Amino acid sequence: MSQSLRPYLQAVRSSLTAALCLSNFASQTAERHNVPEVEARTSPEVLLTPLTIARNENERVLIEPSINSIRISIKIKQADEIEHILVHKFTRFLTQRAESFFILRRKPIKGYDISFLITNFHTEEMLKHKLVDFIIQFMEEVDKEISEMKLFLNARARFVAESFLTPFD
Amino acid sequence: MAAPEVHHLFHRPIADHSFSADRQTLAIARDTQVELYGRVGNAFKLKDELKGHDKLVTSVDIAPNTGRIVTCSQDRNALVWEPSPTGYKPTLVLLRISRAATFVRWSPSEAKFAVGSGDRVIAICYFEEENDWWVSKHLKKPIRSTITSVAWHPNSVLLAAGSTDAHARVFSAFIKGTDQRPEPSPWGERLPFNTVCGEFLNNSAGWVHAVAFSPSGDALAFAAHDSSVTVVYPSAPEQPPKAVISINTQLLPFMSLFWNGETEIIAAGYDCEAFRFQGGEQGWQLAGTLEKVKAGRPGLGGEDREESALNMFRQMDLKGKVTKDDTQLKTVHQNTVTMLRPFEESGGRVTKFSSSGVDGRVVIWHT
Repeated sequence: MSQSLRPYLQAVRSSLTAALCLSNFASQTAERHNVPEVEARTSPEVLLTPLTIARNENERVLIEPSINSIRISIKIKQADEIEHILVHKFTRFLTQRAESFFILRRKPIKGYDISFLITNFHTEEMLKHKLVDFIIQFMEEVDKEISEMKLFLNARARFVAESFLTPFD
Repeated sequence: MAAPEVHHLFHRPIADHSFSADRQTLAIARDTQVELYGRVGNAFKLKDELKGHDKLVTSVDIAPNTGRIVTCSQDRNALVWEPSPTGYKPTLVLLRISRAATFVRWSPSEAKFAVGSGDRVIAICYFEEENDWWVSKHLKKPIRSTITSVAWHPNSVLLAAGSTDAHARVFSAFIKGTDQRPEPSPWGERLPFNTVCGEFLNNSAGWVHAVAFSPSGDALAFAAHDSSVTVVYPSAPEQPPKAVISINTQLLPFMSLFWNGETEIIAAGYDCEAFRFQGGEQGWQLAGTLEKVKAGRPGLGGEDREESALNMFRQMDLKGKVTKDDTQLKTVHQNTVTMLRPFEESGGRVTKFSSSGVDGRVVIWHT
């Protein structure tokens, strides 16, 4: 782990632990409804101030807490065009399978690559510190995954180009 | 200090729990129903289920003398369950609210109860003899958001309420015909219905999760989402309070609190353990946890890095893995504590209290 990654992840971890204090809260605007307030945005007093944690201009996390749900959006590092395509494909693969991921949001927030929506029902069923661990682990792994895919793609491109150009040698 | 008595009832959240006066019956709010457990030896066994709500039951309270159970739910209703030889008989209360009912408590006189709601009102309910049903009067002003908790003053007239608009308020809930005229107190002398006797905000204006009057009724404590506990000492009617003391902590927010005498408060919440606060009018401070084992928040460093090399190799030898198992929290409760209640009192002090949590446990602690 590089020197600047550790404090960044530690900051995300502490902020998430504090933000994941959720309780069951029925809607104040609709009768007999119970909706994630961070998505509905009907009662401003139950929303807390959103928080952005940025490592640099390309990598940041947005945490939007509310009384019964929080939304975590991650901007994954994209250094060049290839990484941009790879990140897009990778997050698309995940979001299309959102229902089996429980906390994954189908559509990322504008300006971010992937979003999670955690409600009080998730923190009731799952262990809170494990949910935090999952997000942190995801952030650790995703950079590794993307750079591995990029290396693999480059190697494959070189091999294909070589074998394609052999007849003209 | 004896070990706490742990009852793991099921794996669903417990919104609220209440013991009967003889401490033999335990009422648990579980999803859309209320379950009654009876004490059999050292354990609690399921005895009866009260089904009548069709949304999450948010609160349950047993009146100690009459044995009546009142429940309220997110389906906007409150029910009073009257004990009878053939079981409990429900009566619907005319709440006249159109949002979720969030919190219910019997007054110490047991003649009325207060229901907090998401409709920005508190319904004070009392029994009307001529019509033979429970009717309600609304405390409306100046509530601007959902009521999260209510607490009665020992005189059964004053009511404290905490709300998500970040205020803790003290109201008069005087009902003519039901209540005796109360003794004058620092909160007020003449108390017609819906008099606001106090309105308090803490420094960072967090949602108020819990309120409680001290045993004498001359002090009010409330816990808010900014992890603080605030204690208010009123001076005289219409005067600013003598002292407002905020205790800020580095812990996670508290969900519930109660007074143990006039100089001690016990609070618990998202840290899954109970904490003790001690002090008086001059000042309050955090006096530590009630757990025996020093519990830390998992994953937040500290103890993980202090692990010795010997320990690491022993782990590898025993389990074939280096990382230790951290699915279990070190606290007794494995998830948020939602409610604390005094369980046994002697000489004005609480000697035992009970707590319930999102993890489906009810624990009886020694103070």
